[in-house]
Amino acid sequence: MPWTPDQPLVRLADVHKTFGGGVEVLKGITMDVMKGEVICIIGPSGSGKSTLLRCVNALVPIDRGSILVEGQEVNDPKLDKLALRRKVGMVFQQYNLFPHKTALENVMMAPVHVLKRDKKEVERQALALIAKVRLTGKEESYPGELSGGQQQRIAIARSLAMNPDVMLFDEVTAALDPETVKGVLVTIRELAEDGMTCMIVTHEMGFAREVANRVYFTDGGVLVEHGPPKEFFASPRDPRTRQFLDQIL
Amino acid sequence: MLHETSGIKLTIFYDAFDRARFFNGFLTSVRLMAVCLVASVVIGVVGAWIQGSRLRVLRLITQGYIQFFRNTPPLVQLYFFYFALGSYLKLTTGNGIAVPIVSNFTWAAICLSFYAGAFNVEIFRAGIEAVPRETLEAAESLGYSRLKAYAYVILPLAFRISLPALNNNLVNLIKTTTIAYAIAVPEMLYVANQIWSDESNVPEMMNVLLITYVSLVGILVWVMGRWERGLRIPGYSPA
Ligand SMILES: Nc1ncnc2c1ncn2[C@@H]1O[C@H](COP(=O)(O)OP(=O)(O)O)[C@@H](O)[C@H]1O
Ligand SMILES: [Mg+2]
Repeated sequence: MPWTPDQPLVRLADVHKTFGGGVEVLKGITMDVMKGEVICIIGPSGSGKSTLLRCVNALVPIDRGSILVEGQEVNDPKLDKLALRRKVGMVFQQYNLFPHKTALENVMMAPVHVLKRDKKEVERQALALIAKVRLTGKEESYPGELSGGQQQRIAIARSLAMNPDVMLFDEVTAALDPETVKGVLVTIRELAEDGMTCMIVTHEMGFAREVANRVYFTDGGVLVEHGPPKEFFASPRDPRTRQFLDQIL
Repeated sequence: MLHETSGIKLTIFYDAFDRARFFNGFLTSVRLMAVCLVASVVIGVVGAWIQGSRLRVLRLITQGYIQFFRNTPPLVQLYFFYFALGSYLKLTTGNGIAVPIVSNFTWAAICLSFYAGAFNVEIFRAGIEAVPRETLEAAESLGYSRLKAYAYVILPLAFRISLPALNNNLVNLIKTTTIAYAIAVPEMLYVANQIWSDESNVPEMMNVLLITYVSLVGILVWVMGRWERGLRIPGYSPA
């Protein structure tokens, strides 16, 4: 059955993951993310949030369950990883830019190398994306010459250059100096407002409240509860959620 | 003439025959060095790539190769290639004379390339391992295959990290080419030996050899240093 935009863009059903050590990190995660939806995932450190995102773009293989991205099954030994990763963009806590390439080259590389698109056309798009993340003028800078926040915005532009349908953000502001956090959050919010489907792991509760259509709380590898941000933050039902929110708010 | 006034016999500077001999030896040495430099680097890159491969058999073969070449003297390796393998690789021509298929020079080039290559594999592997895993994941999540991620991201970074160690090994290789002498490759040491046998000017030729090798190594170090500076990335210091 072909995927249509009225079905969930990302659909996780009973996803289990155990790492080598034998500890089950994901214990049956089920969630749907609709096209254009922005979801935020919060929860204590070690609860499996990063693993969850990394399963969606097949950086981590899952043991059991199903992950569908636009109808494509990720838990499939014959998975076409390139097809999946064209649809799914990912931004990491440590930016992970390519340090030997300039900001512009970082943004241009994947479309040219992987998609074999025309260089001139990719450059035009890359310049527009760099302008969109408000870094015009930094095209020729190397990552090592940029602040953390600037690197992270280039990393976002680099992902967007592949024209993904969903973006994964894994604590993308956690490693940043406080004064550079805002610029990155503004960039993500603008993306969300443009209709990009986003799965965001974050510790920025104010941001989650503002930008999310739905907030998920994970603890110990399970989704404890979820809801629209207003309800979720005003009246969390589960004691674990309440305790977590009390600690950080 | 210097020789008449001081007794110093630098025949290669005034004797046309010796000059030609020595110059040919010099060219042979440089040719051997150039071939081995390039081949050993290629072997290093390919070997390091195989070491990261999923195929256990390939990894074991590479590991065996490295152990063999790292833990035996290069001179013994050369003899092994030349006398053990070389004795099988002979064609018998129409008039009954056995002709070696592989020339002395080629044996020396093969042996020295693999000898230095074994070290280069380890050097590049260490460089590859020093590239953060996250960098590879970033490339993968952008749709890079393993091969493409290596070509465009991992190797360029690993190479920069490896350069100082590579430098040392290539200097070592330049010096080790003199063992080709042992299987009568007419390289510099070999022709120097011929010259000093004819002219009995051992001290003079020794000095010539030393100065020539110091100069050749100096050129390599200078080129590698320039290369290293050229590859330097603003704001980035490799591991
Ligand atoms: N590659 C891995 N190998 C083994 N254990 C891992 C790996 N990645 C994560 N883990 C473990 O899985 C658990 C959840 O990690 P993670 O998904 O990073 O949590 P979070 O992002 O919520 O902090 C942790 O206990 C962590 O040590
Ligand atoms: Mg995490």
